[in-house]
Amino acid sequence: MADKAFDWLNPFASVNLGIATWADGIKQWAISNRELIQPVKQFFETVIVAIERALQATPPLVMLAILVLIAWQTAGRRGAIAVGTCLVVLGLLAPEAWGLAMTTLAIVIAAVILCVAIGLPLGILAGKNDRFEAAIRPVLDTMQTIPAFVYLVPVVMMIGIGNVSGVIVTIIFALPPLIRLTSLGIRGVNPSVVEAARAFGASPGQILRKVELPLAMPTILAGLNQTIMLSLSMVVIASMISVKGLGNEVLRAMGRLDAGKAIVGGLGIVMLAIVLDRITQGLGRSGRDRGHRHWWETGPAGLVTALFKKTT
Amino acid sequence: MTEPRRDAAIRVEGIWKIFGERSRQAMEAIRRDGLSKREIRERFDCIVGVRDASFSVGRGEIFCIMGLSGSGKSTLIRHINRLIEPTAGTVWIEGENVSAMGAEALRRLRAEKIGMVFQSMALMPHRTVRDNVAFSLEVRGRPEEERIRTADRALEMVDLAGWERKYPDELSGGMQQRVGLARALAADPAILLMDEPFSALDPLIRRQLQGTFMELSAELHKTTVFITHDLDEAIRIGDRIAIMKDGVLVQIGTPEEIVTRPADDYVADFVAGISKLDLVTAARVMVPFAAYVQAQGPQDTTGWPVGRPEMKLNELVDLAVATDHPILIAADGEPVGVVTKRALLRGIQGRDEERAA
Ligand SMILES: Nc1ncnc2c1ncn2[C@@H]1O[C@H](COP(=O)(O)OP(=O)(O)O)[C@@H](O)[C@H]1O
Ligand SMILES: [Mg+2]
Repeated sequence: MADKAFDWLNPFASVNLGIATWADGIKQWAISNRELIQPVKQFFETVIVAIERALQATPPLVMLAILVLIAWQTAGRRGAIAVGTCLVVLGLLAPEAWGLAMTTLAIVIAAVILCVAIGLPLGILAGKNDRFEAAIRPVLDTMQTIPAFVYLVPVVMMIGIGNVSGVIVTIIFALPPLIRLTSLGIRGVNPSVVEAARAFGASPGQILRKVELPLAMPTILAGLNQTIMLSLSMVVIASMISVKGLGNEVLRAMGRLDAGKAIVGGLGIVMLAIVLDRITQGLGRSGRDRGHRHWWETGPAGLVTALFKKTT
Repeated sequence: MTEPRRDAAIRVEGIWKIFGERSRQAMEAIRRDGLSKREIRERFDCIVGVRDASFSVGRGEIFCIMGLSGSGKSTLIRHINRLIEPTAGTVWIEGENVSAMGAEALRRLRAEKIGMVFQSMALMPHRTVRDNVAFSLEVRGRPEEERIRTADRALEMVDLAGWERKYPDELSGGMQQRVGLARALAADPAILLMDEPFSALDPLIRRQLQGTFMELSAELHKTTVFITHDLDEAIRIGDRIAIMKDGVLVQIGTPEEIVTRPADDYVADFVAGISKLDLVTAARVMVPFAAYVQAQGPQDTTGWPVGRPEMKLNELVDLAVATDHPILIAADGEPVGVVTKRALLRGIQGRDEERAA
């Protein structure tokens, strides 16, 4: 306002509230608090690396067998066949494809574990408290709608590039459905059943553990499935801040117009998505859909159980 | 109403429940100016659920609360185990002030002293029948072996032995409510709260369950508060009946009192269609022997059928059809009254004019 004449038709050009400089201050704050941020970052880096090491150390065929068995247990025979087929296709895409997929899987697993750790308690809170639900809803909307590039920069400024930033960016995008559906599941529990639990002397914690969470579980698992899918959809963007894996192949292919890399990366992500979707979708079936059989009475575990019963 | 205060298992004193944000102000306004239900809704946007309810239930007594839907029965019964906090008033259970209990004491009371049965059954769909029934023991941390034993015994009482491992949705409605009854009985509580337990069932199944309940009740002598919107059911089951209307207990009394001396037109309308045959006793319709002699002159009562004062009208009809004489009512060998044919017929109709005349 001081140096330029104030233009009534374009007032914005002459007003400077200094927001950009103020935001730059965040970077300064992050730099000056390095010793605070670094240990936390180091801890998560160690965890992510440990998960990746474990996945990479398992021989591909053993890993394939494990995933197929898990799919058989959660999604039945047809799910197992689909998962097995997808994993074989994934491995045949390119010699390095399996290793890249495991790196990506490690990042997804780390992000999903943190999503559950954060999202489940927040979702329960939102399910029980209308005020909290009303407060958190616009935040969740924002997390899902703003483009990832908007928060990519501040996250990198605060923490630097690498796996940890990749996981954080993934969490911001993938967390909302888990919170939403946990809240929805808790709210959907028949209030007269909760009242009966109260009438027979259950404490609030017992009501949560013995009534609300079990009854909300199919909905919560649907939320978990979505969170996993969204985590996977972030791998290309995460690779822009130097996260390795399948996403990085796609990114590099874009830079060089390398069709081969694009197909390996792209198809690899799709195969991984189908595998994770199949496995987690089956989790959400309620006891009624399974004919009131316990999980250990079906699938491969059911075979083992039956075998045990026969021999004893 | 005439219960000795000391022996009451449940005593409810001046309970008010006003639903809404501004229930406190509404309560004060009622205390100050005696506002009506409608004025409260208009001025404070609050709903009066229960209005100054007081009663007590003796040990082992079955106390029915009867009223139309929306009259506040469910709200009132939920004050007894404090599922709903009163706006004003106090509840005592066996001399203990429930309103003053801490959270842990209240949970213990609910789990060990009170069993509750709901109209909607409210069984837990993810638990087996056995785990449903043992729920109150589980929340008290009882060992598994004891839970199984107790649950199976309770299921046996309601004729559901063999169904322990089933899930609620594998059972019919009547069987589900048997599970509800077993769950309420499992911890062997002193008090049963039953909120329209049989209303959701088919008439035939309802009769069956009423039968099961009355057999169990005769055997176990539980203090019971039983809610129903069906006067026939209330009369069949209740030792005493309270009639509720718009949140107010308009009359409390034995079935016979309610039917023969309704407190107001509302209750009178209600009981108009009820058969008096198995309800009204000879003592209510007879003319005192002295008065009869005074009016008719000395009587030769040889050959008259003889009944007792506590005989129901139905039995008097059996005596009356065998003879042309009036029925002599005698207690301890002494004649105390006379029931004429006319008085008997009027009694069946539910009218009192013979006595009044
Ligand atoms: N939580 C509540 N909030 C507001 N009003 C309620 C609530 N519970 C019950 N009421 C009102 O209180 C009155 C009595 O309801 P209720 O006790 O369920 O009646 P009943 O069991 O006799 O059918 C009804 O008018 C009902 O709308
Ligand atoms: Mg009701």
